[in-house]
Amino acid sequence: MPFELTGVSFSYSGDKVIDDISISIAPGMFCGIIGPNGCGKTTLLDLLAKHRRPTAGRIAYKDRDLGTYSTKELSQEIALVPQNFYINFPFTVKEVVMMGRYPHIPRFSAPSAEDVNIVQDIMEKTEVSEFTDRFITELSGGERQRVVFARALAQSAHVLILDEATSNLDINHSISLLNICERRMTQQGRTVISVMQDINLAAVYCDYLVFMSRGCIVTHGATGDVLNPDTIRKVFNVDAKVYAESYSGSLQVVFKKNL
Amino acid sequence: MPFRKRQKKSRFRKKLQQEAIVQFALLAVFLGAVIIVSTGMGYIQMAPATVVKIIFAKISGQSNLLEGVDSIFPVVVMDVRLPRILSAAVVGAGLAISGVVFQGILLNPLADPYTLGVSAGAAFGASLAILFNIEMMGSYSVPLFAFVGAALTLLFVVYLSSSSGGLSSNNLILSGIIVAAILSAGISFLKYVADEQVAVIIFWLMGSFGSKTWTDVGLTFLFILFGFLAFMFFARDMNLLSLGNRTASSLGVDTRKVTIFLLVTASLVAAICVSVSGIIGFVGLLVPHMMRLLTGPDNRRLIPMSLLAGAILLLIADTITRAVLPSEIPIGVLTALIGGPFFCYIFRKQQRMRKVL
Repeated sequence: MPFELTGVSFSYSGDKVIDDISISIAPGMFCGIIGPNGCGKTTLLDLLAKHRRPTAGRIAYKDRDLGTYSTKELSQEIALVPQNFYINFPFTVKEVVMMGRYPHIPRFSAPSAEDVNIVQDIMEKTEVSEFTDRFITELSGGERQRVVFARALAQSAHVLILDEATSNLDINHSISLLNICERRMTQQGRTVISVMQDINLAAVYCDYLVFMSRGCIVTHGATGDVLNPDTIRKVFNVDAKVYAESYSGSLQVVFKKNL
Repeated sequence: MPFRKRQKKSRFRKKLQQEAIVQFALLAVFLGAVIIVSTGMGYIQMAPATVVKIIFAKISGQSNLLEGVDSIFPVVVMDVRLPRILSAAVVGAGLAISGVVFQGILLNPLADPYTLGVSAGAAFGASLAILFNIEMMGSYSVPLFAFVGAALTLLFVVYLSSSSGGLSSNNLILSGIIVAAILSAGISFLKYVADEQVAVIIFWLMGSFGSKTWTDVGLTFLFILFGFLAFMFFARDMNLLSLGNRTASSLGVDTRKVTIFLLVTASLVAAICVSVSGIIGFVGLLVPHMMRLLTGPDNRRLIPMSLLAGAILLLIADTITRAVLPSEIPIGVLTALIGGPFFCYIFRKQQRMRKVL
């Protein structure tokens, strides 16, 4: 099991942001986390990435307490695409993607031929090679997001954590990046954990969904089992219809204007 | 086909590395030349060849080389000029690398070595020592008080800005400004009550490399060498920190520890510079900017280049005030007078190029 959470809580200056969450995330799974703004999704990802430590409960990664991993060890296991990304210094796109290889390169060594190949390969796949020598400070928000995505993929980690990583991308690039994640998952048994705002996109890609509200898990399970009008109403307080859609081959949701 | 492409790529990489080494070597040679030429400049003029001969003779102990050289020259070079020149170079180097670290860690290109109130703390400590005529450590009393003042200020600023969530760049800058403002008021008060000592305080604050000794050079050099090695060790982590704390931590950087270690080390480097020479502005702000245009923002290249450029810049400034101008003006005033407008110029140029540096 990559992740096993038992009774995990997290408080931020007295407020419980995560309240007693227990869940396990299997390897080779595309797991979507869905919930309203401010329900603790990003905090949950921070806990999984050990950026924050739980105030109560236990998180185990590969059957070992997450707290016992060093930051260095984890950087080879877990990669993160953050939600907001801004950078003040004019690194070139290639330099930024190469930073994803840093965990694998000893401190004072130059990147090996293998590192260079991985970076080049990822940049081609994510279609950022056209920016190779441009400054990251000069790219548009969506282009920059793709570079950050490429940087995380270059890390070659077992777990990829996405924090609304596709929310400011056009549909073409959203799909092509999510396809890359899915291929890595099915072919190499990698695990993807993704916070998503677009429920329909989540329904297409995720095998497993976790619905959160106010720091608690409302329901979780295989997408087909948990994605229903009842859940949507509980989590978002919106009326919706959920139906099997043959063109995308997945469940899809349409919403009703509440009067 | 892919193989050939890869080979080309790796050759390109090698070329980049070579380019970095060549740049560094050129700058190092230039620094050496500036040191030798400026040693020959001043009230007593000497040809660069004479300077080289004297230094070589002194280092190798072959005093027969000095035949035919005026007997006053070796004294001027070894006891008067070189200590001053080398301390100017070392302080310039220290201010520049500490500037790089501050800008890198605070993610703010306008940060400088004094952002966390180091200069105000040092000035306050020095003013106290001068005002109360503290001489328990002889001529080292004032620098020592300046250093302690700077260190205490730094600790207080870090304490003030740390929260449960770690150190945020905005909090640090804000705390630095608040503490510096309080200390400046304190300094004004000390000046007000200082009476005839006020001139001594003012001159100390404006900075000078006059009457530096080999001990000054050695001590400062050791501190700054330690700082440089520490910064180079964490240079790659600093690159990652510029991606933000969350990303840096996911790439294996212990962000809190590295940030605090680097900020404290950079401030101590700045503090030792200030206590040796007084408050010299603009070197720590300007040099990292200029070098970033040349090397790009990768700290592994930026730090060594800034080290040399800072040394060259401050040495030239000190030589101008010592040997070119008809009468010596305080070095802090000179760097601000030249550095300020020059900074305006490159800042404006960058705005036109629409590059965020």
